[in-house]
Amino acid sequence: MAATVRIPTPLQRLTKGQSEVQCEGKTVAELLSDLEKRHPGIKERICDQQGKLRRFVNVFVNEEDIRFLQGDQTAVKDGDDVSIIPAIAGGSNLL
Amino acid sequence: MGLSKEQVARYSRQLILPEIGVHGQERLLRSSVLIVGAGGLGSPAALYLAAAGVGTIGIIDREEVALSNLHRQIVHRIDDVGTPKSVSASRQLQALNPDVTIHAIHAALTATNAHAVIEPYDLVLDGSDNFATRYLVNGACVLLNTPLIYGGAIEFGGQALTILPRRSACLRCIFPEPPQVGQIPTCQEAGVLGSAVGVIGSLMAHEALKLLIGFGAPLTDQLFVFDGRESRVRMVAVRRDPACAVCGEHPTIRELALTGAACEASRGERTLID
Repeated sequence: MAATVRIPTPLQRLTKGQSEVQCEGKTVAELLSDLEKRHPGIKERICDQQGKLRRFVNVFVNEEDIRFLQGDQTAVKDGDDVSIIPAIAGGSNLL
Repeated sequence: MGLSKEQVARYSRQLILPEIGVHGQERLLRSSVLIVGAGGLGSPAALYLAAAGVGTIGIIDREEVALSNLHRQIVHRIDDVGTPKSVSASRQLQALNPDVTIHAIHAALTATNAHAVIEPYDLVLDGSDNFATRYLVNGACVLLNTPLIYGGAIEFGGQALTILPRRSACLRCIFPEPPQVGQIPTCQEAGVLGSAVGVIGSLMAHEALKLLIGFGAPLTDQLFVFDGRESRVRMVAVRRDPACAVCGEHPTIRELALTGAACEASRGERTLID
């Protein structure tokens, strides 16, 4: 299944500036693995060492939060829209 | 209350909007908003709120104006470099609209003062620049039941959301934990374009005005996501999480704490820190 994965602004430098990447996979988990194959290094920004979604990032399939669907096992169909959205604070690291 | 001749002249272009009118304008003049941060987001937001006639505007910011602020923090001027940002902002806002009372608070918002600082205001607008403050503001607003407008921007884009405590999704419902330092780039590291922050900051003021005047539909339970490279907007559905640590059915955060780069949950009896 080929879906459009929308890359958030802060991660676009890892996808050579692309805001959308076509990826293959039947579930969100497979999609993220495919995304990592195409753009190595991006997955660790989104997932922790155990492969679980980091808690400041959300994934939406067709604008619906996967935490309220089947998590990373949420099914993905051809032509689906998958958005990765992290929290944004802006500013600086100084507290 | 009634409006003076000068007020009628000043606000005429918004008074003629049926959703506003004299009644809506009087509501605005009686309302109060706290803006956390006189920076990229706070600048346009404060300007639009003052221009519209929000009666009382509080601005809290612990920093002084720096030269590197001026490409995007449009409420400050070159002569303000070195001046506390809350004071600098207050001067511009007052010059724009002497009708409005501005409280400039040159201080950091902390777990100790958050309750006292936020409590007098009808609504809070979060224009802060770090995750710890954002989660603190979110927690304080939920505990105080104060509506909060959240927004953030970086590089060419950003996001925004209106939070009505315990009625709509809060920041922690959507992002249960803040990132650790370094996991999400900051503007200092990745850069930001002023106009992109301006889109978000102006939207935040707009959402605040909707709530204060009472028209339209609030931007609740939908995260407004702006991609400024293609100038495309997406709305993604978010919802209150019954397991949210702050606004859920069994909240574990019942008092405010600010430690290091992340807020921490405190269990036990609820105490309001002041």
